[in-house]
Amino acid sequence: MIGIEHYLVVSSILFVMGVLGIFLNRKNVIIILMAIELILLAVNLNLVAFSAFLGDLTGQVFAMFVLTVAAGEAAIGLAILVIYFRGRGTIAVDDVNRMKG
Amino acid sequence: MIASAALVIFSRNPVHSVLWLILAFFNAAGLMVLVGAEFIAMLLVIVYVGAVAVLFLFVVMMLDIDFAELRAGFMNNLPLGLLLAIILICELVLGLGALRAGSVQLGVDIANATPDTVPNIEAMGQLLYSKYLFLFEAAGLILVVSMVGAIVLTNRRRGGTRPQRISDQVKRRPEEATRNESPEVGKGVSL
Repeated sequence: MIGIEHYLVVSSILFVMGVLGIFLNRKNVIIILMAIELILLAVNLNLVAFSAFLGDLTGQVFAMFVLTVAAGEAAIGLAILVIYFRGRGTIAVDDVNRMKG
Repeated sequence: MIASAALVIFSRNPVHSVLWLILAFFNAAGLMVLVGAEFIAMLLVIVYVGAVAVLFLFVVMMLDIDFAELRAGFMNNLPLGLLLAIILICELVLGLGALRAGSVQLGVDIANATPDTVPNIEAMGQLLYSKYLFLFEAAGLILVVSMVGAIVLTNRRRGGTRPQRISDQVKRRPEEATRNESPEVGKGVSL
């Protein structure tokens, strides 16, 4: 029988994958954004698992809000990425500290 | 699912990364269906696979980037990253052990308990539109702000195009656009 522990293990491994992805691809903003999406997915999985196994629907409602914020964040992040690439011609994170308009 | 998540961060080509991300989302949706949260699972498929992943794919393909150069520091960051990952997973496993040992008490709000008689979507809708109505509207506000922000950020007026100026067209009256002429025979009309 699949219990809540199995879900928690999967989601924690997913979370660690996301953190590792941020650390490994320090230069590539697109991969960093995808890693953030992975982290948010892990959080959502956790919320849904607890909500389902405890019989409390609040977790699923909250997971929906997390999903909303994640979608907005991805849209804004990619928009910023696009205008950054237009001005600079690269997306390496190391150069971002030159904020001169 | 874990394999696809690993491939998201390890794959050499970002397009492959996005495709593995889609696979990871599908797997997560499957897990959520198994646990009985159909609405969140369908939302995940629609929002992530339908919108966010396509957005990522679009941006990856639109920007002409040398990705091999961006991967230059990959191996330098590997030891630190792996160390951090191991520490983090140890902490999470310890927390899980505490949960299993029973030292963590999980509280349930009885008021929001999942009803057995109505389906998942209906129960969620009843909760969402009554108790969490203002949070729901705040979520809508966040989406509007992000949409407007993305449009404002990426919109630009490019030179060299000849757009239609509708206000000028509407403002134009027949008096200033036409004139009456009664030319003599053989003289023609000066334009």
